[in-house]
Amino acid sequence: MSGTVIESPRVSLEERPDFSVITQIIEPATRVLDLGCGEGEVLAWLVENKHVLARGVEISPSLVRKAIARGVSVYQGDIDEGLADYPDGAFDYVILSQTLQETRSPLEVVSEMLRVGRRAIISFPNFGHWNVRWSMLFTGQAPKTKLFPYDWYNSPNIHFLSIQDFENLCEQHGFPIEKRYFLAGSSRIRMLPNLMAQTAVFLLGPKR
Amino acid sequence: MVVETQIAQFDSIALDSGATLMPVEIAYEAYGRLNAEKSNGILITHAFTGDAHAAGVSHDGGKPGWWDNMIGPGKAFDTDRYFVICSNVLGGCQGTTGPASINPATGKPYAMSFPVITIRDMVRLQRMLVLSLGITRLLAVAGGSMGGMQALEWAVSYPEMLLSCIPVATTWRHSAQQIAFNEVGRQSIMADPDWNQGEYYDTKPPARGLAVARMVGHITYMSDESMREKFGRRLREKDKFGFDFGVDFEVESYLRYRGSQFVSRFDANSYLYITKAEDYFDLANGTGALADAFRTVQTRFLVISFTSDWLYPSYQSQEIVRVLRRLNGDVAYCDLPSNYGHDAFLVDVAEQTELVRGFLASTARTVRPA
Repeated sequence: MSGTVIESPRVSLEERPDFSVITQIIEPATRVLDLGCGEGEVLAWLVENKHVLARGVEISPSLVRKAIARGVSVYQGDIDEGLADYPDGAFDYVILSQTLQETRSPLEVVSEMLRVGRRAIISFPNFGHWNVRWSMLFTGQAPKTKLFPYDWYNSPNIHFLSIQDFENLCEQHGFPIEKRYFLAGSSRIRMLPNLMAQTAVFLLGPKR
Repeated sequence: MVVETQIAQFDSIALDSGATLMPVEIAYEAYGRLNAEKSNGILITHAFTGDAHAAGVSHDGGKPGWWDNMIGPGKAFDTDRYFVICSNVLGGCQGTTGPASINPATGKPYAMSFPVITIRDMVRLQRMLVLSLGITRLLAVAGGSMGGMQALEWAVSYPEMLLSCIPVATTWRHSAQQIAFNEVGRQSIMADPDWNQGEYYDTKPPARGLAVARMVGHITYMSDESMREKFGRRLREKDKFGFDFGVDFEVESYLRYRGSQFVSRFDANSYLYITKAEDYFDLANGTGALADAFRTVQTRFLVISFTSDWLYPSYQSQEIVRVLRRLNGDVAYCDLPSNYGHDAFLVDVAEQTELVRGFLASTARTVRPA
């Protein structure tokens, strides 16, 4: 039969520790936009468990297909351009999970997130982690670690940033940081996050 | 699934042109079962030359429906779960009142005295049918190409009557290129002396003109790539050129065959009226402000386009999606990769099925039992 559909494997939320932080942050019955939402796992979870109004943007047609098949309203498009279409304050939260380092204009993306959303949740791999520093220092080559597994020529990452870099950006541009979560694996890190954390999750509040 | 086309009759219908048709008949088929709450109804709207026979096999002749790969038990429009209706459009020639129907005032076919109709008129008649079946709110209206225009028109004209809308490979207004191809088709028919100002029902139809119109249509439904794959430069039953104007190439043979086949099932005057309705279609009524049309719409949308469709290019779907996003509407959109051109919505159904099935299931979950 031509209509056969292969059920896509459910990506475990535990495999992405930032997901559990993100899903905890979000208040029930809010409006959520997920940029680069992939197969829409987070949005589907939020709809089911927190009854949010969910929207997603994703550039890959095969991922968009899977997200829509999951029942999530996802739009196939580019994050850098796509945000412009949304009216101001259309969402309570705008999520950007592990994608900031892949955007062409990260500063514009963060500004736009805080225009269309009251709050922004941004997670990214920390380029300041000791393992990255070690790799760079001792090999003299572009670091290849568990967090940054790509060769320099095929990496989707075009902007590398550490936790401190992001703090500086927020300071310079007046993006109010409401909460910070630093993770190594799935454990919270409280000491020396810029050195010890693999992943950072920031909750940015309404722009002053 | 053996199915039979049924006819519903209504006393009259007022048209956008100001004219009134009385009476008016509409041919339709229905599959699956309407639930007690009457909340699982889905209306399928057909493309230009489609008909009410969308799924199953016809009881006379065993012909499969035009979207049989999408509608049926376990398929995208799952008739085990949904009650699926498809009707022939107003102005058509497959059971619904059209130019070939008898005008009760004269006892003869309307021919060119049939009033010019619009997509909105088609939808108005569909609404009468849906209401007569006891359904006040549809779970979805879905269709491709001109069917997509009707689905969009439903969302704009009767937003309270549908929960979701699935416009596929379509546009919110006909473009210059789309009008141009339609005009070539119309001129081809009207240039055939057998057309005779539309008065051919007692004599012979403008078969050559209609066949050429269909040939042009078929070119626009395919893509450069799909034609290359399907025909290439292969010769038809010969290994060298004929050095005459008979059929040399496969593609010529295919188009001639398609053209001649079409004449036996389609009325030339319907071709004129329906293409005109498409060309008049503009959800923004000439203002260019599509957002105004969608302003009060609360419907969920699943918009689908195909990468190789050059007759209804993806940008036209993206314009719809963009406006809906600006209004903070509930819209899902996917530009499915396909080589089949505009025909993709009829033949490339595996991925489309995945989208439609998930979208419908999530829409159905929002329905609270009465």
